[in-house]
Amino acid sequence: MAEVEETLKRIQTHKGVIGTIVVNAEGIPIRTTLDNSATVQYAGLLHQLTMKARSTVRDIDPQNDLTFLRIRSKKHEIMAAPDKEYMLIVIQNPSEQPQD
Amino acid sequence: MFNDEALDAVGFESQWRKSLELEQESRGCQTRPVRTAEAQVQVLLTSDNGTQTDPQDHLAHQFPLEGELRPTFSGLSDFLHRVEDMIVKELAKNAKSHAFDGFDVNWEDQNETVSCKHRLQHLVAQEKGLHVTSISWSCTGSVIACAFGRVDDGDWSAEKSCVCTWNLDRRGLNPKRPNTVIDVARPVMSLSFHPTSPSLIAGGLYSGEVVVWDTNRTQDPVLAQTGMSTDAHREPVYQVAWVPGQRRGEMLVLSAGSGGRVLLWTVDGGSLVLSAGYALVRQQVPHNSSLSKGRGSSNVGVTSLALSPWDSDTFLVGSEGGLVLKCSFSAQELAAAPPDGESVALRAPAQFSFSPRGGPVHSLHYSPFHRNLFVSVGTDGLARLHSLLQPDPLLSLRVSDSYLFGVRWSPTRPLVFAAATGQGLVQIFDLGRKSLRPAATMDQLTSGQPAYCMEFNPCQTDLLAVGNADGSVNIWHLSTELTEQGHRETAQLEQLANEVAE
Repeated sequence: MAEVEETLKRIQTHKGVIGTIVVNAEGIPIRTTLDNSATVQYAGLLHQLTMKARSTVRDIDPQNDLTFLRIRSKKHEIMAAPDKEYMLIVIQNPSEQPQD
Repeated sequence: MFNDEALDAVGFESQWRKSLELEQESRGCQTRPVRTAEAQVQVLLTSDNGTQTDPQDHLAHQFPLEGELRPTFSGLSDFLHRVEDMIVKELAKNAKSHAFDGFDVNWEDQNETVSCKHRLQHLVAQEKGLHVTSISWSCTGSVIACAFGRVDDGDWSAEKSCVCTWNLDRRGLNPKRPNTVIDVARPVMSLSFHPTSPSLIAGGLYSGEVVVWDTNRTQDPVLAQTGMSTDAHREPVYQVAWVPGQRRGEMLVLSAGSGGRVLLWTVDGGSLVLSAGYALVRQQVPHNSSLSKGRGSSNVGVTSLALSPWDSDTFLVGSEGGLVLKCSFSAQELAAAPPDGESVALRAPAQFSFSPRGGPVHSLHYSPFHRNLFVSVGTDGLARLHSLLQPDPLLSLRVSDSYLFGVRWSPTRPLVFAAATGQGLVQIFDLGRKSLRPAATMDQLTSGQPAYCMEFNPCQTDLLAVGNADGSVNIWHLSTELTEQGHRETAQLEQLANEVAE
């Protein structure tokens, strides 16, 4: 178990990372570094969006599959790495100045 | 033959009585005894334990379960192992990437021009030649209220005036006919909508009274007023504002006037009750060498006031003499003013004094994007950008050769502010530009008369309302360039705030 925490911690310490969430296949958050309400919101919405994106990719070409989803917004970049069982969501502020 | 015959008495039992008696029965009943018991226990030993941990940087509040109670998820570790490299690579790449620099997507319709949407007028007030002294948007952003009074007249005036409101979202808006008109016996100098209930307006009058109106009450809109009590201001009230009270949800009315008093009122039934008072006295202003002593009265007349959106304890005060003071609500020191019948002891709130200006400071505004920045304008025609941490301004901008009456930061663009001039122009400055020329100039069409006040709409942030000396209120629709936040604008503002004044 400690290995999971270690990995999440490593990701979280990257520059500009605001939050990391792990979601299970039902879209229920199982690990997070954000507060409760933000986690629920991100997990629910991104799970839906990722499923939609995946079905789009597979409808175009049934041999193909979604591997990674990135959303660039004015404020953040949201990265979603889906898998059969879990999905990792990382929210980053890419324009954040390095902290000194 | 004959002899006495003694007959035996014959008796017979009553038949009916017996039959009744036969049916009589008696019964008894008893409850079980109530059992009581007494027990005592005493603890001979007590122990108390405490523990404390330092919060972890990350993963401190885990969802949904904490620590070992968490169910284990099979394959989670494998999954993370698989995706970690990819994520980490992208995160690192993203942080260094400049691929999106200067890339703007426009989802909304571009509005290239700044246009005047409405020109609101109240003919009765205009005929009397009243000025628009103050305007305020309701919390929903659909109603604008404007106060009529006089700025140029120094006389003790008893002229009748009014407060008018227009609902801009209502269909059939007639710019020449307000939705509500509240008649007021004295000129109104300041106005402020309640931050949560859209029908309450606080107003300050020329006579020193403070009034709260409820626009829902058509018969008598006055909800509460100070009246002419000994607590009230005795000189014009130039600023009113709502501040949160001690109790949750409670709002107090803050008023400031040229008498040098800053008073805090509680709405209690039909009257306003003084709950705290502050007096600004010249001797108690934090040391400032360039201040000429002994000029005028000892009171510091307040012409403008700004509340900090970041820190509910501090507020800024601009004075008639050109002082800009940082004040604190929690100040304990008593004011050196002689008591004048007030029901609370007046305190001296001034904590810090910024470099003074040549004339009255007509408007102050805190930046909504940086906790240390504010801008002030006055009669010297300069807009000064200040940091709360330094007495000298970071930047002085010549806006106009005439007086300046109002200044407001844009609610959406950190580097943009607007200033209202005595020539009836509103100029918008963009500190992000290289030249410090106005990014936009809006002529209020007042034939050279001043614009006294302006406010950005809190909800539809591309709307700016400007109140003018000719009794009109203009509602401007700003262009996208002036309302859409650009890339790294907050960082630029941060940089500006950290500069050291020369």
